[in-house]
Amino acid sequence: MKAFRSLTARAVVLDRPDVDTDQIIPKQFLKRIERTGYGEFLFFDWRQYPDFELDRPGSAGAKILVTGPNFGCGSSREHAAWALQDYGFDVVIAPSFGDIFFSNSVQVGLVPLTLPPDDVKALMAAIGEGAEVSVDLEAKTITDPTGRVIAFDIDPFVRTCLLNGLDTIGRTLQHDSDIAAFEERSPSPVATTAL
Amino acid sequence: MAKTLFDRIWESHVVHETPGEPALLYVDLHLIHEVTSPQAFDGLRLAGRTVRRPDLSIATMDHNVPTLPGPITDPLARAQLDALRANCEEFGIPLYATGSGREGIVHVIGPELGLSQPGLTIVCGDSHTSTHGAFGALAFGIGTTEVEHVLATQCLPRLHPRTMRILYTGTLPLGVTPKDVILGTIGRIGVGGAVGHVLEYAGAPIRALSMEGRLTICNMSIEAGARAGMIAPDDTTFAYLEGKPAAPKGADWEHALDRWSELRTDDDATFDTELEIDVAELEPQVTWGTNPGMVVPIGGKVPDPASIADPDERAATERALAYMALEPGTPLQEIRIDRVFIGSCTNARIEDLREAALVVDGHRVDAKVKAMVVPGSAAVKRQAEEEGLDRVFERAGFEWRNAGCSMCLGMNPDILAPGERCASTSNRNFEGRQGSGGRTHLVSPAMAAAAALAGHFVDVRDSVAARA
Repeated sequence: MKAFRSLTARAVVLDRPDVDTDQIIPKQFLKRIERTGYGEFLFFDWRQYPDFELDRPGSAGAKILVTGPNFGCGSSREHAAWALQDYGFDVVIAPSFGDIFFSNSVQVGLVPLTLPPDDVKALMAAIGEGAEVSVDLEAKTITDPTGRVIAFDIDPFVRTCLLNGLDTIGRTLQHDSDIAAFEERSPSPVATTAL
Repeated sequence: MAKTLFDRIWESHVVHETPGEPALLYVDLHLIHEVTSPQAFDGLRLAGRTVRRPDLSIATMDHNVPTLPGPITDPLARAQLDALRANCEEFGIPLYATGSGREGIVHVIGPELGLSQPGLTIVCGDSHTSTHGAFGALAFGIGTTEVEHVLATQCLPRLHPRTMRILYTGTLPLGVTPKDVILGTIGRIGVGGAVGHVLEYAGAPIRALSMEGRLTICNMSIEAGARAGMIAPDDTTFAYLEGKPAAPKGADWEHALDRWSELRTDDDATFDTELEIDVAELEPQVTWGTNPGMVVPIGGKVPDPASIADPDERAATERALAYMALEPGTPLQEIRIDRVFIGSCTNARIEDLREAALVVDGHRVDAKVKAMVVPGSAAVKRQAEEEGLDRVFERAGFEWRNAGCSMCLGMNPDILAPGERCASTSNRNFEGRQGSGGRTHLVSPAMAAAAALAGHFVDVRDSVAARA
């Protein structure tokens, strides 16, 4: 997965609450068996509306998405994180995230940052259309277009994963002897192959 | 120290723990389907890894499969199903393919095979994995990279979630179903109300529910934003499991009962968040908007954005009403429908079909309405046909289909046309969920059946009362 330290880039505001993963990437695009190529279908249905936020002139090339609470709620489709990343986003800032979307984003190195709702609103107001925002994951700060610096909290382990692009499967496999000991001590009672 | 049901399952599954890091949790059962797994198997192959425990994994075909007989005509869907078959063969994972007789929606077959058991950790690349929490299991949905993680290691690193308990009181009124309980709950706490939490549903009205009713409630935990939802196991749970193909047998059964009886929340245990809901105040629910929290009782009206003070909520309501083509103040019972879908992992089990059939029996679907029933699994379909429910539905003018996810998410040919309005027993009324431009109203099976007959939403309690 991709490592992330800091970024200064154009930000786009999508000021809606509860944006579900069905909107981020509609189901008709989930039939592919690859991980890539989803960016062109990002927000497919919403992009049919004139003046959709991502299609405004000031949004071109944006790498930071600033949005409302509970972003990425609903379906577990990791395709939502893939599509955002494939489109060009590296960071999503919101007051809160759907839990599964948050995990999926961390897994693929799309940086989900949580700020208090008032800070998100102020950031949205400062961005307007097309301004640049800086995100520094090492310093845990966001600098808005007016130069105001906003500190953010992030789980230390999540931050380490994102900073280093950690292969979490490789990490778990280092505990192979612990896993084997657990299986010896508390074997799962189900046996799908014996049905 | 006093413990919750969640604490007990969590603690008994920690493989390794380093302070300041997520706990490494063991996964007892991994459910797999065609849509969220192909990239995970590819990842395994790329890294030269294998599946650690194919015997704790099981796959089925559900999201993409057509519900009419005949071959799959969509080449992309077929490629995904072929990939699942090849991956399961390569790694030795049991697959219940279409036509095997055991296929069905992954969250319907786990319980009916007896694989979903109390105290287990269960994961699946599907958000409605919360369903299996009805057995007193810790069950949650994961993404594709985590599917790969479980395939390779049978473990997942997990940050400790917060806990929340909803204590239900009172007696469920006649004609008010488990679907109405969960929709009413989500209406109260909102679609983000349980984010970051594992929910426990407790109280006498929950104890009084059948296993299938509990499955409906836990299924929609994710629609409140919860990581998982769970209900402590009891005699209802044990009676459901006894004799199921994967349930313990003989002396193992007795040992299992001893173990399972310990799975409860201590009286003095505490939760991060607690809430009480009196079910006696609940009515049949109908969603009017574009998420499951946008819901009102059947006697209610479409809300008026002008009366909403919070500007974000007002804007969201305006957008939802524009999408749904509804006028503020319209009584729910005046909303006409074009389609009815009875199905999904929320409401396509045998009790759901019985509930709908009871309303439908001897009546006709409104001439302007197209209605279908999609059983949750091949086994549910067989059972329903043995009971003659297929004939009840077909005589009334419903289509009787083969098992699958179908129009819950419209990945197969069962979709709404743009602008069509549907009474649906599924779990999500998101924009375009059942087909681009389609308009979904979530209801219980009884309410969907009653709407099919009337051509618009009606209070099913009127027909229940007439029968009683």
